[in-house]
Amino acid sequence: MTDQKKILDLYFLDARARLIDIAAFMDRVDRADGGDDFRYDAFRAALKALESEKQDRARKVLLAFSDPTEEPIPVATTKAACGAWPGVENA
Amino acid sequence: MVSRTTDDYQAMAIAGCQAVSEPAFWAGFDRSSVQGFYDYFCQLTQHEPRRAAMFGLPHYTWLCINPKESEDLKLADEVLSIILEFMDCPNVLGIGEIGLNKNSRNEMLVLEKHIDLAASNDQLILVHTPHLEDKRKGTRLILDVLKSDSRIRPERCIIDHVEEHTVGMVLDDGFWAGMTLYPETKCTSNRAIDILELYGNERIWMNSACDWGISVPLAVPRAAQEMKRRGCNSRQIDKVIYQNPIEFMSQSPRFNTPEGL
Repeated sequence: MTDQKKILDLYFLDARARLIDIAAFMDRVDRADGGDDFRYDAFRAALKALESEKQDRARKVLLAFSDPTEEPIPVATTKAACGAWPGVENA
Repeated sequence: MVSRTTDDYQAMAIAGCQAVSEPAFWAGFDRSSVQGFYDYFCQLTQHEPRRAAMFGLPHYTWLCINPKESEDLKLADEVLSIILEFMDCPNVLGIGEIGLNKNSRNEMLVLEKHIDLAASNDQLILVHTPHLEDKRKGTRLILDVLKSDSRIRPERCIIDHVEEHTVGMVLDDGFWAGMTLYPETKCTSNRAIDILELYGNERIWMNSACDWGISVPLAVPRAAQEMKRRGCNSRQIDKVIYQNPIEFMSQSPRFNTPEGL
């Protein structure tokens, strides 16, 4: 088992900087004009995974952005992934 | 590596890379005909090995039509028909990177044809799993297709680009898992090391992406350095960085273990 202080010594400042970046990103989005966006909705939902006490937060964040359906789609209309599932109607 | 400069080869050799394994890949644009693939396969089996050899690096490759170009079934069938011609080239390790991109029905059909081609010719399989929001579902679909073919032995297949939400299902089903290190998408070095801590170091490796987009050819050596910082010893690092890839790829008679490893 790795010592917790060592992990914090190694990664605390990096994680702190990334957390501030996330806060600034959300401020930036909220400052901007525009309506709802499924990507931002998924982002906010994923943040809730950080509040979990279990040690599977990374998996839960990934699942929050994932397509939850099981069947192949009829046809691929794009090659790109955008990072969040747009829903059945827009997939 | 076909889209990288010789500076990358030189940096990789200096950083301790011992061999290159390059799957057939999407070019960043759709090829317009089967002839484009023929030329690409010639590049992967003839020209690129010569370029890598200039830096003392053995070059291995995998053949397929990438899932990003699998929506066109006619083109896919034409490409599949020419793969046999290249399968006996001395640097070909198997079929890859096959898999899914957007998890469509046509992609599934072409995946099944690739699996049949590999099984019929006793080839190793390298699988690309989809990006971002499509990865969880696509990985599940791919594993189910592979498991439904009784000729497929999971220990001869590596499922690449796993992350925290897919690595468990891959390892639980007996397949090898690959963690592709990218600056933004897929996996970072730190997360890959976390996965090793959680899931152990059997049937798992890390790979650097060296493609036409933003990617870091030295990602694996940097991850090795991070493992050292995290407290891993040289035996643990050697196992993941060198011995595991050697164990998997040695299942192909064409792979030669680098001297000294």
